[in-house]
Order: sequence, then C-alpha cells, then structure tokens
Amino acid sequence: MNPVRAIGRSTLGMLRTAGAVAVFAARGVAALLTPPWFFGQWGGQLLAIGFFSLPVVGLVVLFTGAALALNIYVGGGRFNAEQIMPQVVALGIVRELGPVLAAVMLAGRVSAAIAAEIGAMRATEQIDALQTLSTDPFRYLIAPRLLAAVITLPLLTVVADIIGVSGGWLVATATLNFSGALYVQNTWNFLTSWDIVSGLIKAAVFGFLVALMGCYHGFNASGGARGVGRATTHAVVSAAILIFAADYIMTSFFTRS
Amino acid sequence: MTAAPKLELKGVRKTFNGKKVLDGVDLAVAPGRSLVIIGGSGQGKSVTIKIAAGLMRPDAGKVFIDGKDVTRLRGAAQRKRAAQFGFLFQGAALFDSLPVWKNIAFRLINADKTPQDEAREAAVVALGRVGLSPSVADLYPGELSGGMQKRVGLARAVAARPEILFFDEPTTGLDPINADVINNLIVEEVKRLGCTAVSITHDLVSARKIGDEIAMLHNGKIIWRGPAADIDHSGNAYVEQFVSGRADGPMTNGG
Repeated sequence: MNPVRAIGRSTLGMLRTAGAVAVFAARGVAALLTPPWFFGQWGGQLLAIGFFSLPVVGLVVLFTGAALALNIYVGGGRFNAEQIMPQVVALGIVRELGPVLAAVMLAGRVSAAIAAEIGAMRATEQIDALQTLSTDPFRYLIAPRLLAAVITLPLLTVVADIIGVSGGWLVATATLNFSGALYVQNTWNFLTSWDIVSGLIKAAVFGFLVALMGCYHGFNASGGARGVGRATTHAVVSAAILIFAADYIMTSFFTRS
Repeated sequence: MTAAPKLELKGVRKTFNGKKVLDGVDLAVAPGRSLVIIGGSGQGKSVTIKIAAGLMRPDAGKVFIDGKDVTRLRGAAQRKRAAQFGFLFQGAALFDSLPVWKNIAFRLINADKTPQDEAREAAVVALGRVGLSPSVADLYPGELSGGMQKRVGLARAVAARPEILFFDEPTTGLDPINADVINNLIVEEVKRLGCTAVSITHDLVSARKIGDEIAMLHNGKIIWRGPAADIDHSGNAYVEQFVSGRADGPMTNGG
C-alpha cells in the first residue's frame, strides 16, 4: 500500500474517532444540564466509582509515597539535601502523583467496568430496551457516570494526597530518623493552596476522561462477547493515554501561570 | 385494507458496510391488526422492526404512525413516540441490575414518574397476566429461566398499555410448550389491549398463531403478503420453499 495513502487514511480515521468522541461527550454533558435527571442512578454511580475505589487508590499511593520518600532521601543525599525530602514528597504527591495515580487506578478499575457493563447492555439489547421505554440512554447511563467520576476523582485525590504524604512520613519516621512533628510541619508550611487546587483540577479533568472512555467504548461495542472485551481494552488504554496527555498539557499550563 | 394504517413504512432502505439490507420496504399495518414478517436469517427482519420502532434510522424512506412522519424524531418527541410502543426483544433484554418488578414498571417509574408503590402494584398485576406469581417480583432476571424471562419481557412491554406492540423472534430459544405459552399470551394481550402488533419470526407455528397477516421479506424487499391462512398456498416459490423448509429452491443457504 502507498505509505502516503496509509498515513492519510489513519489520520482521517483518527479525526473521525475524535469527532465521534467529542459529539458523544457533548451529548453526555447536555444530558447532565437538562431534565429529566435520574438521581437514583447518580447516587449509585457516586458509590460505585468513588467509594469502592478508595481501597485500591489508598494502597497504591501509600506505597508510592513511601518509595518516593526513600528515592528522594537517597537522591537528596548526593547534594547533602536530605532534609528537603518532606517538601519534595508533598509537592510530588499533591501536584502530580496523587491525581495521576488515582486516575490511572480509576482507569483500570472503573473505565473497564463501565465499558464492560454498557457493552454487555448493548450486546443484549438493553440499551435499545431503554429507548423503547421512553428513557434516553445518555440521561440514564452516560450522564450519571460522567458526573460521578468528575465529582469523586477530586475527592479520591484529596484522600490519596493525605495517604501518599503519610506513606512518606511513615518511612521517614520509622527508618530515616526524621521527627514526625517536624515532617508534618515542613510539609504543611511548604505547600501552597494552588499546589492542592491544581491537583484537584487535574483530577476532575481525569475523572471526566476516565468515565468518557468507558462510556464511549461500551456504548459503541459491537460483535458480542468479543466486542465487549475489545471495548474494555480500548477504554482502559485510551483513558490511560488521555490521562497522561492531559496531565502534560495541564502541567505546562499551570506551571506557566 | 379499509382503515388508515396505524404504522406505515414507505420505501425504507438501509445499507450496512456497503451491503444493502433493506431495498425499498413498503409495509402498512391497520389499527388492531397483527402482522408477522417472516424470512430467512440475515434478510433484514430485525432491521425492519428496529426502524419501525425508531431504534434505527433508515438511509432513505419514511416511517409513519397514524399518518404522521416520525422518521427523524429526536429528544422529547422521540421519547413521547416511544411511549406508544411496547417491545419484546429476542433475548427479553431485561435489565439485570434491577429486580423483576422494577423491570416491568421501568417506564412507569422513570418516564411517567408513577410512585414506587403504585408502580409495584401494577407490575405484580402484569406478572399475574403472564402467569407468574407475585413472588417472582423480587427476583433478578438472572434467577429466571428463558421462558420466564420472555414472560417478564412481555409483561414489561404491555405494562404501560401501548398502542403498537413489536415482537422480535418471541419464541426463539424456547421449547415447544413454552413457545406455545408465549404465543397464547401474545394473542391474549394484543386482543385485550386492542393494539396493533408487528412481529418477526422464522417460527411458522408462531407466525400462524399470532398473525392475522404474514409478509415475507427476501433480499431487502417484501415479496409476498397475505392472510395467515393463505401461507400454505401462497403461489410464491420463495414462500413455498420457506414454509416447506426445503434446502432446494430459489433460495440457497437459507438466504
């Protein structure tokens, strides 16, 4: 095949997909803004996406905070700067690792679950059934998941920040002879409110992307069980890529201001 | 046909990945009549019924209900139109996350905003009509047999007293006794509600039982239509082959 034609075809394909995702997202957001609303669904999704993700997010950032503390302590030691470890751990967790790790865990846990559930509903005609029962699938299925992820990922990030910093604190006080009170004080004095807020803004955007990818790939699943499996894989992979891409874009914007 | 059609498809065409599935389907069903569309696998029966019910848009052609063009309705207008319909899906398409009674009362609760206790009562009555006891109301679809799921699907389809009922392969996957139970229930419910019914099936026993008329879809077109009683002497070679179930004839490989 002519390579120029191949590049052109794949570019057109990507643009087509980007357009389809944008239209899908717009329909989901429009369903959030206008009645009828399905509040029961919203509550259920807040619980499923947010509350039940707490243990996995907590464990991941606890270990990451601890490992980060050790690495920074060792790296800082090369410049005789071990004492800045609490501040760097706090900054790394709050601005970057807290929101990104929470989002990546959510991509694995929630995006996959959403794609599988909605994909199975598509395969078994349950989405068609919703329409025949005068219920818009975007209002009943998509909007509640988008909203729940946008609300809960920042909340999960707050918890992740606290647990991640605690992971560093545990290592510092248990194995590196840091004073516990001083560690907390240094961390608290160093962080600015913008450090925390910028991390939470990132988290809200990541939450939207995670839910959007799960919903989009599940809703457009075709080809039975194999199609549902493919939708699940695509949801997780595309959510992870979008998280890292959006992270870079937002970080470069936030560090400029 | 004396009365103005309740449901009408005019020149409906649909293509998937370059393959013409419907190639100008014209179909009209009078109020209170039951039409069964038969045809081989992959001939576009499901696509026809989904276009009629507004679940799919045709590439060309129009759909009319009570003489009104409803082909491209959206949003609230589409939801209002769907309120006229009841649909029994091939696999019942029950929501597995909801108990049986919430499945049956789904439209009442979510679209009509009926209070939960009233909706539950209506669901239990609907269950009784399809021969299921009230104890089934709190079970989940996964706990029901295929036949029971079809009955619940039928109860859901008729719960809000629709004007048009669609049945997509209502007896597929059922043993002959359960299939007959479903056929009888369909006949009873269509009569009780006085509604118009459109069914698709390749089960001729079912077609004869639930249809006033039968139409055959082949190569994207309606090639024969007549009273259900005439199906055995249609004079159409395709219909004759389909009815007799012979491998040799104008249709090859079931198509």
